[in-house]
Amino acid sequence: MKPKVVWLQGVTCNGNSHSFVNLSGLDTLLQRYEWLYHPILPSSLSLMQLWDAKCDILVIEGGAKKGWQKGEGELEKLFLHLAQKAKKVVAVGSCAVYGGVFKEFDDTICGVLFDGENKSRYYDMLADKTINIPGCPAHPEWIAFALEAENPSLDSFHRPKELYAYTVHSGCVRNEYFEWKIDAEDFGTKEGCLFYKQGCQGPFTHGSCNKILWNETASKTRVGTPCFGCTEPDFPKQDLFSTKTYMGIPATMPLGVPKRAYLTITGIAKSFHIPRLTKRLLDED
Amino acid sequence: MEAALKLFSKEGFFEVTMADLAKELDMSVGNLYNYFSSKDALAKELILYISKILGEEIRRINLLPISAEEKIHKIVDFYFHTAKERPELIEYFLRIYLSHREVFKNGCEGMICVGPFVTEIMIFFEEGVRSGELRDQDFFSAFGLFMGYLGGMVFLMGEGMLPNDIEYYTDEIAENIYRALKNET
Repeated sequence: MKPKVVWLQGVTCNGNSHSFVNLSGLDTLLQRYEWLYHPILPSSLSLMQLWDAKCDILVIEGGAKKGWQKGEGELEKLFLHLAQKAKKVVAVGSCAVYGGVFKEFDDTICGVLFDGENKSRYYDMLADKTINIPGCPAHPEWIAFALEAENPSLDSFHRPKELYAYTVHSGCVRNEYFEWKIDAEDFGTKEGCLFYKQGCQGPFTHGSCNKILWNETASKTRVGTPCFGCTEPDFPKQDLFSTKTYMGIPATMPLGVPKRAYLTITGIAKSFHIPRLTKRLLDED
Repeated sequence: MEAALKLFSKEGFFEVTMADLAKELDMSVGNLYNYFSSKDALAKELILYISKILGEEIRRINLLPISAEEKIHKIVDFYFHTAKERPELIEYFLRIYLSHREVFKNGCEGMICVGPFVTEIMIFFEEGVRSGELRDQDFFSAFGLFMGYLGGMVFLMGEGMLPNDIEYYTDEIAENIYRALKNET
């Protein structure tokens, strides 16, 4: 018997559904489950038929909003009805995990277990069976991991440590520039670190974007765009393309690094001039 | 360290030899070289030693639960008091470290030997701006205003040009620095 999956959408942009269908080896994964309902994949049931369905895994994408109508009923009621029967609930994307982008416009929207950083009204009911896969969107491999995983080790936001114990900084190809405190002067270049001026949140954001690459090829930081911190409960922030500083010092330190330690190390690193790191890597004019 | 600082301060860095220093310390020149491979190596250790002394006191001030305005006053007070009671510390910084960069170019570049001091000044500014009390600006614009001002006053003191004791100026200079740095919005 294949496990039965229902994928519901709350208040969402569809981004995680689209991310999921980009999974390498999607066909193989789909064949391992019986898909009772998915908004964009062939499904055996309609939304209204789900009330009588027995699902093993309930995937929820998008934020939860009280009284929000979907089909002919209130989505929250259907969600809770299915969640109580499911063996596992997977919250996919930052809106389903914390409320995310939509919460910026409607503060009543929340995630499955969390409302921003705080526990949501569903927490006590669903905490023991819910895996959170935040991201905007979540990486398809992360979603597949959550479907397949049995009792993975989770952090305090119920994120699998296998995926989120790292920071996005881990594996970034710009680490050499970070070490020597050499800024990226612009976006989209191969050279320089994006943390100091360009808004990169990789050093304090949990995620494996530079370990499990997007499209098996790249990541934001690898192509010269700052990490936006989309796996964290305070996402989205403002002014994502510039680093908030106080008198030139980044407002947020790399994860767990005391400010004095950071300033001491970076002050020393910046004292040296490393000619190789100030040149273009490929197109030297 | 203290003996070397006093000797350099009194006689001048280039006038003092390792032999003079060994004599002052009542040890053989060979023994002194066991501790410092050259006069330049000693010079670098001295600036780090001074930076740690200044940094530790500013760190203590930074950790006090007081406003940036009060911290400025305490830093100015400490700096002038140190310049008066232990002039060799500040004079070494101003007259040897800043004036003889060639001695420090290998191994003391940038912040390497003044890190403990500059780090605490950075933290003072960062916390002042974060709290909204100080105006956000380029670090060196603020650093130059603060430390350049204090260094200038100590330089005038060293030249015997100040009509009053340097600590006479503490209140006014602390207020001037605060007015220049405070957030007026």
